[in-house]
Amino acid sequence: MTTAVTTTTPDSGHGRTAPTARPPRGRRGPGGGGRRRPVTDDVPRWQLFVPLGLYLLFTLIPFYWMLLYAVRPAGSRSLLPWPATTEHFEKVWNERSFGVFFQNSVLVGVASMVMTLFVSLAGGYALARFSFRLKTPFLLALLCSQFIPGALMLVPLFEIFKNLQMINSLGSVIIAEAVFQLPLSLILLSGFVRNVPPSLEEAAWVDGCGRFRAFCAVVLPLLRPGLVAVGSFAFVHSWNHFLFALMFLSSQDKQTIPVGLNTLLGADSVDLGALAAGGVVAAVPVVIIFAFIQRWLVTGFSAGAVKG
Amino acid sequence: MVLAVPSKRRARATGARALPYWLISPAVLLMLGFIAYPMLSVLYYSLQHYNVAKPWRNGFAGLDNFREILTEDDLFWHTLAFSAQWVVVEVGLQLVFGLALALIVNQTFVGRGIARALVFSPWAVSGVLTTTIWILLYNPATGISRYLADIGIGEYGTSVLSDTGTVFWAAVLAELWRGVPFFAILILADLQSVPKDLYEAASVDGAGRVRRFLHITLPHLKNAIVLSTLLRAVWEFNNVDLLYTLTGGGPAGETTTLPLYVANTGIDGHDFGYASALTTVAFVILLFFSILYLRLSKFGGDDR
Repeated sequence: MTTAVTTTTPDSGHGRTAPTARPPRGRRGPGGGGRRRPVTDDVPRWQLFVPLGLYLLFTLIPFYWMLLYAVRPAGSRSLLPWPATTEHFEKVWNERSFGVFFQNSVLVGVASMVMTLFVSLAGGYALARFSFRLKTPFLLALLCSQFIPGALMLVPLFEIFKNLQMINSLGSVIIAEAVFQLPLSLILLSGFVRNVPPSLEEAAWVDGCGRFRAFCAVVLPLLRPGLVAVGSFAFVHSWNHFLFALMFLSSQDKQTIPVGLNTLLGADSVDLGALAAGGVVAAVPVVIIFAFIQRWLVTGFSAGAVKG
Repeated sequence: MVLAVPSKRRARATGARALPYWLISPAVLLMLGFIAYPMLSVLYYSLQHYNVAKPWRNGFAGLDNFREILTEDDLFWHTLAFSAQWVVVEVGLQLVFGLALALIVNQTFVGRGIARALVFSPWAVSGVLTTTIWILLYNPATGISRYLADIGIGEYGTSVLSDTGTVFWAAVLAELWRGVPFFAILILADLQSVPKDLYEAASVDGAGRVRRFLHITLPHLKNAIVLSTLLRAVWEFNNVDLLYTLTGGGPAGETTTLPLYVANTGIDGHDFGYASALTTVAFVILLFFSILYLRLSKFGGDDR
């Protein structure tokens, strides 16, 4: 198939978006000018925009609701976020230690992402470029690990980290998040490596590069979209996940944002303004990352595991 | 550190035989240490009485735990049934809406890029954050229902989360909000690889939109749909973040899934032997149904 690297979604304007234009049947010959246009074009516009609009409302109202609570003064019942206040943000950031949680979450997210990327890049390269005797058992193990309920392994994992003296250190959460993210990242990255033609690498070998240098010079640059997709996947996953942090970290200055949110939720009388502000703090980084990668995500998946 | 091992000389000297093993070794070691070993210890403890609260009873239990689960434990069957209901409803609805959404945003229209980004955005949101958002929406005093009651729709003071009749659908809706984009993204990715010529040939032959969808799009998407529903089903089965924080398994244990029950038994109840046996049973059930599903759907068959 085509490499994911060069594929872009056919977003770019190609003129023929005239509403309700029904293409005259049979006028487009195979390989003619209509090749890149999505063919199910003849949907009436209202059948498109009405459901899309409804779904957009379903998606966006919850976000808006949270934002509303976060910026309007306590006690206000206005449905518009005006006049806005930062009192809730100041409260969660300072009094409820979300500033510290934020740092911890960034550290855990970045460290486990880097770890996942290095380990699964090496393994994914091996899966894509070599056939070896233990390949099938290894793939099977990767697949099987997807069925293991991570939440149900909390107790044995807790004992392991206790023996390693890593309870209440961020290291335990970093390792646990990275490990449970590994199988999927490995499979996805091997798909991306497979899409880079081996002949490119072989040409570099002929020019006298070692395998490692050829990999760095030729393959790695072409893998960038894949690395971005898998890496942000890993970051978002560990940014969001909360059970490991809840179990392994006991002191408050070590906790992460989801645990902080859980604490706010569990309070006897929930401070809705602070809760909403905490939610916004939790949402902003992942939503920004998402906005950058969502296009790559779509092409990334079609290049990766789903198609094997 | 990982990539330093297969240095130029080593790779050439031992040829292509040892190199792949060096490359996968970090992954293998990590998975052995932090997935396989804990799994084995769960298996081991499932055959033991191991309860911190009742240490005098600790010791080899044989299959006692399993016998108790399958014959005496009503809570097990109750939570298993709820898990099944949760998975089937969630995955079914997510698939239907995700497929529809993918078909819509696969069309060409002005503003498609931004529309995609917006409708996909809950994908990046965590279970706890979903709970946070929907707690605010569901709040009877200041949530959506209050404003609706103000203009005469519905009643004041009803909390959908404390009513056993509505709590299930309230949780389903919240999880749907977050789960649909996953399917939409995966299916959209696969939609883009449907050969366009097929549609054109079908159009020429006079096939309408519905028939093109049923005979070209759907068969082409089959493998992606099978795989994504399977992954999602396993994921929804094991997912505890949302229900744990949104309903806490309540009211009155109404929304306790099997993993939540296990967590309660093992962590709060300190009965680790019994919780391990429950985990083992859950794993076997998941594996069994996954294999059954792949067989029945003839995954990876000759559709491509």
